[in-house]
Amino acid sequence: MLAFLTRRLIGMGIVLMAMSFIVFMLIGLMPGDPIDIMIASNPDLTPADGERLKRLYGLDLPLWERYGNWLGGVLSGDLGYSRTYNQPVMDILLHRLGNTVVLLGLSSLVAIAIAIPLGVLAATRPQSPADSAINLFCFAGISVPPFWLALVFILLFAVGLGWLPAGGMGSPEDGVLGRLEFLVLPVATLTIASLAGYTRFARAAMIEVLRQDYIRTARAKGLSPGRTVFGHGLRNAMLPLTTIIALDFGTLFSGALITETMFGYLGMGKLIYDSILGNDFNLALVGLLLATLVVLIGNFLADIAYAVLDPRISFRALEAA
Amino acid sequence: MSAAETVVATREPSLFWQRLRRNRAAMVSAVILALITLLALLAPVFEAMLGVDATRVDLFNQYAPPDASHWLGTDEAGRDVFVRLLYGGRISLLVGLVAAIGAALIGTTIGLLAGYHGGWLDALLMRTTDGVIALPLLPLLIILAAVDLSKVGVPAEIANSEAASLYRIVFIIAIVGWTTVARLVRAATLSVRTREFVRAAEAMGMRPTKIMLRHILPNIVSPIVVATTLSIGAVILLESVLSFLGLGIQPSIPSWGNMLTNAQELATRAPALAVWPGAIIFITVMAFNFLGDGLQDALDPRATRR
Repeated sequence: MLAFLTRRLIGMGIVLMAMSFIVFMLIGLMPGDPIDIMIASNPDLTPADGERLKRLYGLDLPLWERYGNWLGGVLSGDLGYSRTYNQPVMDILLHRLGNTVVLLGLSSLVAIAIAIPLGVLAATRPQSPADSAINLFCFAGISVPPFWLALVFILLFAVGLGWLPAGGMGSPEDGVLGRLEFLVLPVATLTIASLAGYTRFARAAMIEVLRQDYIRTARAKGLSPGRTVFGHGLRNAMLPLTTIIALDFGTLFSGALITETMFGYLGMGKLIYDSILGNDFNLALVGLLLATLVVLIGNFLADIAYAVLDPRISFRALEAA
Repeated sequence: MSAAETVVATREPSLFWQRLRRNRAAMVSAVILALITLLALLAPVFEAMLGVDATRVDLFNQYAPPDASHWLGTDEAGRDVFVRLLYGGRISLLVGLVAAIGAALIGTTIGLLAGYHGGWLDALLMRTTDGVIALPLLPLLIILAAVDLSKVGVPAEIANSEAASLYRIVFIIAIVGWTTVARLVRAATLSVRTREFVRAAEAMGMRPTKIMLRHILPNIVSPIVVATTLSIGAVILLESVLSFLGLGIQPSIPSWGNMLTNAQELATRAPALAVWPGAIIFITVMAFNFLGDGLQDALDPRATRR
């Protein structure tokens, strides 16, 4: 158990380090040096002042040396300031992270809660009209551009019918129910994208399991169809499904970026997008690393869930893998 | 999917066509894709026939309703929506095709190397693949799309040209989109590697590169074709997202994605402008997905939906 944890933590550390290095280098190649922007917006500053400021902030150093300084700061607990917010980046990020976790958590739960019954239904009645309809729905779900789906939802439910707000997050005086209204369309948009994928995998996993000998045995000895499908089938089909859902966290975060941007939902995805466009590089970098960390933790939790769901898999087996 | 089965299936082309023809969804998709491609190729013909100019801004004729010369009306700059959709289709389909083939080339190389050599190289390449799959790719793509090309030594006039935005998007999608192909090719290579004809080639002292290209690659074409077809759809979606966010193809070249860039602000004024490009992306991507699925069923009978 301990060896497994250590291995995984080291692995996560390597991915984060690689990611921070690559993104730092890429950001060095982005247009608009923060000091150049400052000079352009302030006529009192001369180019000589600019040079001095760059020396002061260490921006005249080569890129790899700047990365070393940045990394040293991060490892000693200093994640730096945001240029546009004039606040420590962590203060801004933690608040936004909470909002994103709410959005991702809700839509994952909804997606899984719908996908599993649909997948089971399709798998137990292959080639039936229900299976074909579910299949068509899945293909539509994975093929629809998520931002366009958001647009269509806004056009339909906010502009057309006026049932739901087109975007934003509501204010504290709206109360919990009032603020939930603002979540309906973003959660629906994000759910549809992942729902389709999950349903296809649930169906495939169930079909694979229902073909096994122990299912035939269970049927032969007269076990009720319900208990065969759910007690023996679904329990085993959950295993591949857990892996798929875990591997999907990264994609889900990409979806959150689009959804948050479309609905003006103040989450991490929108923050990262805005900070890249607004040349707030440190905020973008730390935000992206934090998002990566959240995704990696999600993958890690899924591995643990895998071991819990399947008594055959011990942590020793995971260590060897 | 069993790679060994697909290997056998490629040897029976007539059976493959029979199976594909029986798949109604795949056939309908193929026809739709052929039609969309044909329309996109004929864009200049329609432009001349309808007497419109896709690039001419006409501020006196904004948001015109559909009529005989503007089949789908005009947009916020008075340009013809229908002909722009056709030109946008050229770009979106081209980007989808080229980036998917680029990604397939990278993925095939990585998968072949990992599957054939095994050992530490396999471990390194596959851990990297798993790492890339787990990343939140869209923010990374946005950063890649925002990089100033003139800072990596590309001359400024080329870096800021419209064509550069096109090459850039193909490049960045290809360098993140290879993971599926790499995993499939590795799995297929593993199953072919131990067969007699590969053993024989090794025994005769053939170089590994030659064995991979001559003896293994021809036997694993089917999973590559299937994965590439499916990824064309995924690439078209990605291109549309990036262009919509203003980081993809520059608006002077119409693409299905960037035709939607202003759609959100204009949603109440002209909802049709938001509907058409999105709907055609939706249909095209769905057709590629059905076609890919059909190809997979036809090439790999064991995986057929039962």
